[in-house]
Amino acid sequence: MQTQRTQQSKPLALAPPSLGLKVLFTALALLLPILLQVFGNAWVRIADFALLYVLLALGLNIVVGYAGLLDMGYVAFFAVGAYMYALLASPQLTNAFPWIAAMFPDGLHTPLYVAIPLSALFAGMFGLLLGAPTLKLRGDYLAVVTLGFGEIIRVFLNNLDRPINITNGPKGIGEIDPLTVMGFPLSRKLDLGFTEIPSVTLYYYLFIVLVGFSILICSRLEHSRIGRAWMAIREDEIAAKAMGINTRNLKLTAFGMGATFGGVSGAMFASFQGFVSPESFSLMESVMILGMIVLGGIGYLPGVVLGALLLAALPEVLRYVAGPLQELTGGRLDAAILRQLLIALAMVSVMLLRPRGLWPSPEHAEQDQISNDDQAEEAHA
Amino acid sequence: MLETHPSTVEINPPPALSVKGVCKSFGGLQALRDIDLNIAQGTIHGLIGPNGAGKTTFFNIISGLYAADAGEFRLLGKPYKPSQVHEVARAGIARTFQNIRLFKEMSVLENVMVARHVRTHSGLLGAIFRTPAFKSEEHEIKLRAYALLDYVGIERFASLKAKTLSYGDQRRLEIARALATDPHLLALDEPAAGMNATEKVELKNLIEQIQRDGKTVLLIEHDVKLVMGLCKTITVLDYGTKIAQGSPSQVQKDPLVIKAYLGSSATPTTESSDQKS
Repeated sequence: MQTQRTQQSKPLALAPPSLGLKVLFTALALLLPILLQVFGNAWVRIADFALLYVLLALGLNIVVGYAGLLDMGYVAFFAVGAYMYALLASPQLTNAFPWIAAMFPDGLHTPLYVAIPLSALFAGMFGLLLGAPTLKLRGDYLAVVTLGFGEIIRVFLNNLDRPINITNGPKGIGEIDPLTVMGFPLSRKLDLGFTEIPSVTLYYYLFIVLVGFSILICSRLEHSRIGRAWMAIREDEIAAKAMGINTRNLKLTAFGMGATFGGVSGAMFASFQGFVSPESFSLMESVMILGMIVLGGIGYLPGVVLGALLLAALPEVLRYVAGPLQELTGGRLDAAILRQLLIALAMVSVMLLRPRGLWPSPEHAEQDQISNDDQAEEAHA
Repeated sequence: MLETHPSTVEINPPPALSVKGVCKSFGGLQALRDIDLNIAQGTIHGLIGPNGAGKTTFFNIISGLYAADAGEFRLLGKPYKPSQVHEVARAGIARTFQNIRLFKEMSVLENVMVARHVRTHSGLLGAIFRTPAFKSEEHEIKLRAYALLDYVGIERFASLKAKTLSYGDQRRLEIARALATDPHLLALDEPAAGMNATEKVELKNLIEQIQRDGKTVLLIEHDVKLVMGLCKTITVLDYGTKIAQGSPSQVQKDPLVIKAYLGSSATPTTESSDQKS
């Protein structure tokens, strides 16, 4: 029976990136900052932010794309991660609490290897906290509750400066330590003797490594027992239950896992910016991240990455389009408004022309390695 | 317990499924009234009745989708509580749905692989780090899924999305998916609905094959011919009560069943027996 199976001709998958394409993308991703530097560090900075958005989109994709739980408050986990790192690596806590200052006479400088797992863990806990009361909600109802949760976190951050100053309120937390990798702070230029690598490029490489790991984790989860159970819940919760899937635990796992990505991304954001304030975590951010995965191709990793890169970079690119257009109209059109309009137009046209996203999952499932597995099994025997 | 049910006295092993005194009401409507049912191991048991008789409600109760108001449930002699749906699957009841509920956007193979969830164990970390245990389990899941697809005869569609299958093949996939949970009892809710004559014959062969391979099957079906041909025992429900139980020929002659469901002209044999009595 097995031999019959391996001989059977299977329809070829349509769109998943081939190995060559993957190598090309990786090479392009590694060379990109060098190309962008020609146009100035501002462009590399845009690429850095785009990568942070990719991280966020990958995390939200676990919740919305895999498990089908419409989460409109995802930015809350980004905020939790960012504030966690900010508190652990800035003078904020030592200023507010003398006893902490006494414990850390040199100031609170939690190393990367502690701060980032803590941010991830803390955000993951918030994920479970949000997940637990919303287990029975689906679709619109879940969206409304998660939206509320996202706003609650922001309002908390905005107001937790009284009676005890924890978050410094709307003024935000500044002087956050830059990330230090193996004793070398990424905020400084790296002098290689023949050339200098600017700080933004160093961050770029750190973020690209993180994105690489995240894609690996996501794709491994997608093709696992847990990932399949998530997708089963997304497709039909009742049937999933009837097949013996503990939907409560798996939904919580999805929320926790997605939030963890948000937390890591938030910690990166805080250190990269050196400053966090509540206004970075508005509802609009949640909507944008959701827009990224819907635009790219919900539940499909290449699509999600593409969507995040496009939507994160598009506003900046359009800045350069909006400028000339504004001059054409004699300054009557505000550049910021024009930019919003152009993004909206781009999104509407994408949704009209490609309703399943720019790079949706192929109609045929990706080919598995069952024939290789069989050979391996035969080798074992 | 066996003594109280004369119909099962001759069977030595405990019944695959044994329920006693199941009641369920929706508001003022009594959907099920004091249902007792024993399904002998390794048999095909039919559950028939007119629309609204409570067949699907009964199905939903034994599989945990609805909570019963009262009742005792035993699976292979062991009591189980159908309060949590996923626990019922773990205990060993797998079901299909009257209106097909496949995971439409997943591949045919994945649909079956999902159902192995309840018999496998790997978690998040195993998946992320691709541990040897994870790999070998994943390999087993895949082999088992392929074997089951082959068993129901839709293996050639393994990599297609489930929604692209024809109606009959979707029904088969649902059966394969249910079998993947290693059930003691396979409960099929109107598996022949919407099938043409050829598909029905194939379905009949498949169900017989499943029974020959040692599974117990509970079958809800409106196609009287199919039920009468397949089942060893048939239970008839009407307005939430059990009005008859027995072999197909017994049930066909039962005047209550004829009145409620089969109709007086259902088969020539019942008609003639009516006239005689």
